[in-house]
Amino acid sequence: MYRIGEKPYPSKIMRDKLYELILRGERLDGRRPYQYRPLELKTSIIEKTDGSAMVNLGGTKIVAGVKTALGQPYPDTPDQGNIVVNAELLPLASSFFEPGPPDERAIELARVVDRCVRESKMIELDKLVYVHGRTVLVIYIDVYVLDYDGNYFDPSVLAAVAALATAKIPLYEVRNGDVIAKTESRFGLPVRKFPVSVTVGLIGDKILVDPTSLEESAIDTSIVLGWSDDDEMAAIQKNLQGLIRFDTIDEVIRVSREKSVELRTKLMEVLGRVGAPS
Amino acid sequence: MEKVEQRLITEDGRRIDGRALDEMRPVRIEAGVLDRSDGSAYIEMGKTKIYAAVYGPKEAHPRHLAQPHKAILNCRYHMASFSVEGRKAPGMTRREIELSKVIREALESIVILEEFPRSAIDIFIEVIQADAGTRTAGLTAASLALADAGIPVLDLCAGIAVGKVEGRIVLDPSEEEDKRGEADMPVAMAPRLGSIVLLQLNGRLNSSEFREALSLAKKGIDVLYELQRKALSKKFSGLTQIGED
Repeated sequence: MYRIGEKPYPSKIMRDKLYELILRGERLDGRRPYQYRPLELKTSIIEKTDGSAMVNLGGTKIVAGVKTALGQPYPDTPDQGNIVVNAELLPLASSFFEPGPPDERAIELARVVDRCVRESKMIELDKLVYVHGRTVLVIYIDVYVLDYDGNYFDPSVLAAVAALATAKIPLYEVRNGDVIAKTESRFGLPVRKFPVSVTVGLIGDKILVDPTSLEESAIDTSIVLGWSDDDEMAAIQKNLQGLIRFDTIDEVIRVSREKSVELRTKLMEVLGRVGAPS
Repeated sequence: MEKVEQRLITEDGRRIDGRALDEMRPVRIEAGVLDRSDGSAYIEMGKTKIYAAVYGPKEAHPRHLAQPHKAILNCRYHMASFSVEGRKAPGMTRREIELSKVIREALESIVILEEFPRSAIDIFIEVIQADAGTRTAGLTAASLALADAGIPVLDLCAGIAVGKVEGRIVLDPSEEEDKRGEADMPVAMAPRLGSIVLLQLNGRLNSSEFREALSLAKKGIDVLYELQRKALSKKFSGLTQIGED
């Protein structure tokens, strides 16, 4: 078994084949280089969460759940609610994943999702403070990879954002310094942005988006770009070994931006149907 | 609850520590600073102080991790508990695990691993004082330590962070600028290969700011690259005696 990013001998053959196809504007699964796999997004699928979503991107399946609780703010942000992101690459998703505590890949995935949500300022965290410096809302986002055929970043961000955007949390009241939930009434989180990420694979001087597992083993390297809206990036992560040539970076930015608009449009279609805040 | 804070950039374009926007902190780079390792380096960037050491190529452990066609590279980026304000828990945090991964992947891009089938190369990065830019400075030191160990590489690589502070793109943000700024983007390059080996972004940048930040990073990296080469030639021209204080 090879770790992700390590190229066994056959992948050198695969790399040449993939590059040849890309030159002709084609790919192994019949897609164009800048084409995503079919995307399906469903929200509110786990009743016991405050918000949840399931995303299928081709053969990659992700489920994300949001739970909230009251807690203490971090000492350096006494006037903000907390976001805590965890991700797991479940062993049922792929033979590349093994049981046990999150490995470096899972930690990286969680931290990239966290950065997309946090740095885009998706949630107005300053509206989630009940007692300054003492009691704030803690938002737990848990992402599970259920089936893995490459690119777990983009569907994880989509699932996390959809779960957050559709989450309904209790209305809290402060009475004599105590924070009490009025369980009968729930409201949506203060959502301001809808970040999405775009994973770009690089092969020689060419690029492609949304690599499959097979493509991941053949490409030179890959980079994940989180776009907080149509014009601004919030997170970047080069996430495999390998070189990004200077002469490809403008195209990476241009294509990822274009694709982020496309993904966000699809996300908003689904959120619009379930009545998320605009 | 608006806090009155000192502005980070003055009207004449100076930063709080007096630097120009495109000016990096004073840098010191040395090769061959730890005797037991096969290669080592030390870097200071402002108050950031980091040692890096390389052990190997040696037998891969556990054996099943060995690759028949190349060496495996292990990397541990770690911060000393006293390196930050307050005290950091001594073990590996999630942040350190992530940074170990991206630094390793950057180095895997330049080390000619196929030279050493079935073996392992261990890289240890120990941050003894952290004052922003530790992952890029750590990578810069690690790359030098690999060269010091005589491990064949396609190129040296060097890294630096660029930030966005009060709407301006700045080179090598200080801790204060990192904390209060709008964006922090660590970048590392292998200049001779015309390539990026590490790239992350924390915070918001539009496409043109990104391009500006990348070319500013390139400027800093070219300086660091030159210092790395000087440190190597200083060591190998016999100007310093290993083990001598």
